[in-house]
Amino acid sequence: MCGIIGVIDRKRALMDGSSIRDALSLMNERGSGEGAGYAAYGIYPDYQDCYAIHVFFDNLVEPKSRVEEMLHKWGRIVHQEAIPTYEQDGLKKSHIPWRYFFKPYSDLMAGSTTPEDDVMKYIVMETNSNIQGALIFSSGKNMGVFKASGWPEDVANFYRIEDYKGYIWLAHNRYPTNTPGWWGGAHPFNLLDWAVVHNGEITSYGTNRRYVESNGYTCSMFTDTEVVAYLFDLLGRRHGLPEDIVVKALAPPFWDEIDNMPEKEQELNHAIRLTYGPALMNGPFAIVVATHEGIVGFTDRIKLRPLVIGENGNRLYISSEEAAIRVMDPEVQNIHMPRAGEPVIGRLNI
Amino acid sequence: MSLGSVPLKYKVTIDREQCMHCMRCIDNCSYGVYHKEDDRIIIDSRKCTACHHCISMCPRDAISLKERPVDYRSHPLWTAEAREDIINQARTGKIILAGMGNAKPYPVIFDRLVLDACQVTNPSIDPLREPMELRTYLGKKPSRLEIDKKDNGDIELKTKLTPNLKLETPIMIGHMSYGAISLNAQLSLAKAVEKTGTFMGTGEGGLHEAIYPYQKNMIVQVASGRFGVDINYLERGAAIEIKIGQGAKPGIGGHLPGEKVCQDVSCTRMIPLGSDAISPAPHHDIYSIEDLAQLVRSLKEATEWKKPVFVKIAAVHNAAAISAGIARSSADAVVIDGFRGGSGATPKVFRDNVGIPIEAAVASVDQKLKDQGIRNKISVIASGGIRNSADIAKSIALGADAVYIGTGALIAMGCRVCGQCYRGMCPWGIATQRPDLVERLDPEVESEHVANLIRSWTLELSELMGAAGINSIESLRSNRSRLRGYMLDEGTLDVLQVKPVGA
Ligand code: SF4
Ligand code: SF4
Repeated sequence: MCGIIGVIDRKRALMDGSSIRDALSLMNERGSGEGAGYAAYGIYPDYQDCYAIHVFFDNLVEPKSRVEEMLHKWGRIVHQEAIPTYEQDGLKKSHIPWRYFFKPYSDLMAGSTTPEDDVMKYIVMETNSNIQGALIFSSGKNMGVFKASGWPEDVANFYRIEDYKGYIWLAHNRYPTNTPGWWGGAHPFNLLDWAVVHNGEITSYGTNRRYVESNGYTCSMFTDTEVVAYLFDLLGRRHGLPEDIVVKALAPPFWDEIDNMPEKEQELNHAIRLTYGPALMNGPFAIVVATHEGIVGFTDRIKLRPLVIGENGNRLYISSEEAAIRVMDPEVQNIHMPRAGEPVIGRLNI
Repeated sequence: MSLGSVPLKYKVTIDREQCMHCMRCIDNCSYGVYHKEDDRIIIDSRKCTACHHCISMCPRDAISLKERPVDYRSHPLWTAEAREDIINQARTGKIILAGMGNAKPYPVIFDRLVLDACQVTNPSIDPLREPMELRTYLGKKPSRLEIDKKDNGDIELKTKLTPNLKLETPIMIGHMSYGAISLNAQLSLAKAVEKTGTFMGTGEGGLHEAIYPYQKNMIVQVASGRFGVDINYLERGAAIEIKIGQGAKPGIGGHLPGEKVCQDVSCTRMIPLGSDAISPAPHHDIYSIEDLAQLVRSLKEATEWKKPVFVKIAAVHNAAAISAGIARSSADAVVIDGFRGGSGATPKVFRDNVGIPIEAAVASVDQKLKDQGIRNKISVIASGGIRNSADIAKSIALGADAVYIGTGALIAMGCRVCGQCYRGMCPWGIATQRPDLVERLDPEVESEHVANLIRSWTLELSELMGAAGINSIESLRSNRSRLRGYMLDEGTLDVLQVKPVGA
């Protein structure tokens, strides 16, 4: 279940959110009205040097002052406001979405090669595990996640998603099967620049969770997708591995294939499996991950969930269903399906 | 006045109508239960150990055996065993010896853990049709990979991996020394691990020449007695294991009585013929974790850093902290041996009362290593009381990379867990050096039995993984969310980091 779709314009041409909303709504059979969400990159050009922090507040008193106390300690709030929302009949507003544009003091994170990111990561983990009534669900630069419990159209209209213009969009229509349907549990999941949409269930969750937790992440959102965002942050940002190698760690080739590879490739794949065994993800999944530089889609090693690719000029689409891509772009070409575990990467080429 | 004798434990009877007077029972019982008087077979049940050798060899199924035909006044505290131990010690003034594992009815945590399976939303995987990966690498792993991505897209791997042991299944056979078990028993095990692509331990008794052909599947052990240890021995092993402690007897050393030190054992152990082989409780060059680290390094240095070095400790309450220390040395794996681990000979009071269950020990070791961010620095091997493939799956889900089995492999060769191993008269030719008994064990046949056991447990393990929607062993390791505790107390659940059933 779950419907996912992602698109990138490799030349950074901006797209508004209306067509992805329509595409996602087409996949309503894949959802249950309990969660939908969107992520868009390039939407805050005026604040592109700031981290755009999106928070769900249960109220604007206690949790808000505690979050701000922490933000003041670690950096400077450049601007803040309520995220504009528009009431929808089919959507019950359970939290108040708020956003901060924030600049961390990098000298506070000694010994880190990416101090600003690490400050931001720390703030997210602290808030989400220790501040009752506040949940940071988006924390990247010049990007933002918009999500809630509801059907895709309602969530899109609630945030008026067509008002945002981005060069990468991800969207997700949720059918929760093993965790409650709540706002925080809706996708995309995000940490810093990484946003993730996922269709499936990660049977290795216990292992992956313990792995990221032993590396300083705290899983607080009761769902398996959260760890994917953290795994990408750990392997992609902190370990500096390129996306295709991260995918090789998360959905590696089988030993039989590795054994038959040419020596150098074999050595690399062997090393990846040994080093990143606890990051290996099992179970049925199709995932699209975005950063400000591109998107990558991949499935589990035996492809238990669908994933379709389409292209049109500078645009690359990745989705659960071809029909959804066609709603966004009737002229789409080169529709095909990647092999199990094979990453499909769309990178900016400017 | 004399204390008299305690009642016999077992009552052996022969169905005289069935019996065909072949006298095989007389030949088979090494404990001398049967003898012939005129034409009759006379039975001295008091000597019986319930080893079942006579029963399994009787062509007419004429022999029956019953436990404890005599009752004491029943008493919840002063059990028959408690009373009999006192009577025996009052008579001898000695430590009571015992063989095999802990015989007290502690609840088994494994039996109160249930595994998870998939339904509908996450499909189970059919191991007969889909690949299932149980291959396991034991040894240090780097915490991250350094790579160089060239402009032309080529990737250069900068991190060099340290040598790991490659296992085709996460099941290995634990250390049982030549001396404690017979050469034929060791040979059977060696052939079995070669057939199944896994490893076995030599125990502390050195490496007999007859095992040399299987050396690539052997983990050679260095215990406090240093028996059989020289450079030749170290070089022959695929890996080296330092034994600090053993689950059946944490905190004490070992003792092989001089009578068992025959010519062959004396050569293999490098000790004089007929002398007692005593391994002291501590290693006399290890009094701290730093000393241990030095020994690890010396062994590595001696073998040019080509072989993984394991350290085996008994499961005790601070096993987690010790393991974290071991992880910080150059050691590649830590073996945790639970309090149900077997033994050739040990004081009964240790076997039954010292140490902690392997389930709790592995979980807490894994947790500590995770908390400290050093889990990848070392592999964790669980042993001591693993009885079936479910125990293996549960051990791995609690954080083990692989397991050692011991008693299970012996049972596959005939052992009936009679617990008399320390007497050296094992009628199955396993825990004995008596040539006539050793001869009973055919390494060709028994190696196939042991290999079959490993194969069948491996198959079952892949079925269990498939049912949980997991196709690689890495994803079962430490995967606590695939376990639930049934009727376990909160404290234990907390240590195991497992949720109760229904949660
Ligand atoms: S000791 Fe073993 S062989 Fe001897 S009578 Fe008892 S069961 Fe039979
Ligand atoms: S090895 Fe032999 S003596 Fe030891 S328990 Fe098994 S059958 Fe009995």
